[in-house]
Amino acid sequence: MQLILEGVGKSVSGQVHLYPQTLALHPGQVTVLLGATQAGKTSLMRIMAGLDTPTQGRVLVDGQDVTGLAVRHRNVAMVYQQFINYPSMTVFDNIASPLKLSGQADVAKRVHELATKLHIEMFLDRLPAELSGGQQQRVALARALAKKAPLMLLDEPLVNLDYKLREELREELAQLFATGDSTVVYATTEPAEALLLGGYTAVLDRGRLLQYGPTAEVFHQPASIQVASAFSDPPMNLLPAQTSATGVALPGGFELPLALPASAPKDVVLGARASALRVQGQPGDLQLPGVVELAEISGSDTFVHAQTPVGNLVAQLTGVHEFKLGAPISLFLQPSQVYVFDAAGPLVMAPLRSGRMG
Amino acid sequence: MAQIELDLAHAYKPNPQVETDYALLPLKMSFRDGGAYALLGPSGCGKTTMLNIMSGLVVPSQGTVKFDGVDVTRSSPQERNIAQVFQFPVIYDTMTVAQNLAFPLKNRQVPADQIRKRVGQIAEMLDMSHQLDMRAAGLSADQKQKISLGRGLVRSDVSAVLFDEPLTVIDPHLKWQLRRKLKQIHHELKLTLIYVTHDQVEALTFADEVVVMTRGKAVQVGSAEALFERPAHTFVGHFIGSPGMNFLPAQAGGGVLTVQGQAVQVPQGLAVPEGALKLGIRPEYLQVSAVAEPGTLAAVVRQVQDVGTYQMVTCDAVGVVLKLRLTPQAQAPQVGAQVFLHVLGPHTCFYKNEELVA
Repeated sequence: MQLILEGVGKSVSGQVHLYPQTLALHPGQVTVLLGATQAGKTSLMRIMAGLDTPTQGRVLVDGQDVTGLAVRHRNVAMVYQQFINYPSMTVFDNIASPLKLSGQADVAKRVHELATKLHIEMFLDRLPAELSGGQQQRVALARALAKKAPLMLLDEPLVNLDYKLREELREELAQLFATGDSTVVYATTEPAEALLLGGYTAVLDRGRLLQYGPTAEVFHQPASIQVASAFSDPPMNLLPAQTSATGVALPGGFELPLALPASAPKDVVLGARASALRVQGQPGDLQLPGVVELAEISGSDTFVHAQTPVGNLVAQLTGVHEFKLGAPISLFLQPSQVYVFDAAGPLVMAPLRSGRMG
Repeated sequence: MAQIELDLAHAYKPNPQVETDYALLPLKMSFRDGGAYALLGPSGCGKTTMLNIMSGLVVPSQGTVKFDGVDVTRSSPQERNIAQVFQFPVIYDTMTVAQNLAFPLKNRQVPADQIRKRVGQIAEMLDMSHQLDMRAAGLSADQKQKISLGRGLVRSDVSAVLFDEPLTVIDPHLKWQLRRKLKQIHHELKLTLIYVTHDQVEALTFADEVVVMTRGKAVQVGSAEALFERPAHTFVGHFIGSPGMNFLPAQAGGGVLTVQGQAVQVPQGLAVPEGALKLGIRPEYLQVSAVAEPGTLAAVVRQVQDVGTYQMVTCDAVGVVLKLRLTPQAQAPQVGAQVFLHVLGPHTCFYKNEELVA
């Protein structure tokens, strides 16, 4: 199914929720809508579903204009943040309901198949309220999949679950989406979730569509500072700098040798992902002395916040490392791993991804 | 401030018979005065029950709660002198930020000049100094929750401050700042802080010691480093880290180790316990070779994902899925290729009946 939003915008009582934007979803693939709360993800999805009519622009499904067509006349499946099921129906009947509505044969067989896929086959006789949150959301997902709709919209479906459950379900969802039966749109606030789902990503920020492309490409080649900021967790380190004869000059007299394009402006912003900063040096590194402000630990990584002469930096180190608050630290950065942005926003230069070439 | 000692068990229904009847199985635990603790586990693990028993909202069905050696099992939260911060903001909308922060102190008849000083200090720590005269009603959910945090921290004479998933309503980008703030605040104010969460990043970053819970049991109490390097129970290995630890069933005896019938040569100098084992290897520590070496097991590469800050490689070794992380610069193996995974190495943990034995 080919869904195209053509110059779609939405205002509610004079307030702009979505600025006019054009988005042609890749058929049979996952598109992640990535952005903070209020970015416009839900507004955009409601227009895709037919729950809302855009103030301007057109919605095209396989070339047909469906702009004013209500949701009940479209073939769409939706999954929300809240676990929405029919409370008085058993899990079996919940999953069976779209199958019965469309008059399908072999309802029981199909329900069992879906339930098995989502690991809820042992709960088919129970009521949704008797299940945990994760199991309830699995029921809602199974019902959405049962519909076999050509368009499936998921609005932060995992946000209310424990992170381990989220990890597990995300992986299962990615496999279910990979069959290519539906065009899938998946809204999230988490950059890591977009990367794990793969597919395509549309970065939204305060009602604007900033960039749309293959997820890894948007991550590695962000079109602007705004995209880079939205698509990084921890936030990308951004340092005001100036172009010089040999590269860029940073505050505190630090120089980074770089072969910048001739068109590079004088005022630039240097971007370094937290994972590009290391505590062990390599030949050719820029060394930045600093003081540890805080070390944050996720299960698999340590995020070191440090004060340095070029500004506050965050470094991401694999594994668990202890750092005392206020301890001296040196951070190392390879010039080939930095981003350079025009101070006005657009990308000037992204790191070459040498590891992926040979 | 107080040292808190628990020696108790709790069941919500009368006459508990089997383990599953208990929300908290019999346990003995001690929380040091001025320490920062996190109770971490999936929903239903008993962490909120434990917090509510400490705060006085729940009386345990057996055993005692002691604050500095005094039995407070049946005392109210007020009598225990506890401050609490909940998932959602608990503030007065009609008051200003300053009045909200001052309220717990006013109630205790703290002199006005001391109130002003303390409110100023807390507002400064939470970056709310410029908002002191604003009415709470006009603020966002994020900001309101910051006031809640401030109200929890404003009294210096409390026995402990208890947090129940306080960052749930906060956007990911702001979460970063608040985790950092909480950590700094703990170092500055030296309050006894106990923090319930299902989020490993919050728990590991915030706490000096993390209590990992599952099914009514505390399976490990330890530093972030201990939980990462030497998980005492397979649940901890699974729960801490994204993705969690890989587990491989194995059989060892007479210097030979086999995994599903495949022999793995034990590297020199590595002591392996005898009998039926589970090997635990973190994705961060699982090394890959192109050729067989001591300690390796043959596997086939199933998937290579570009997760932005690292590459995730999913392999299949004799029917078991194993994941490993590579740096973005590393040359990832091809999907379908045969590789050799170093399942026996210096970081391998050995489990018997889910408990760490070596």
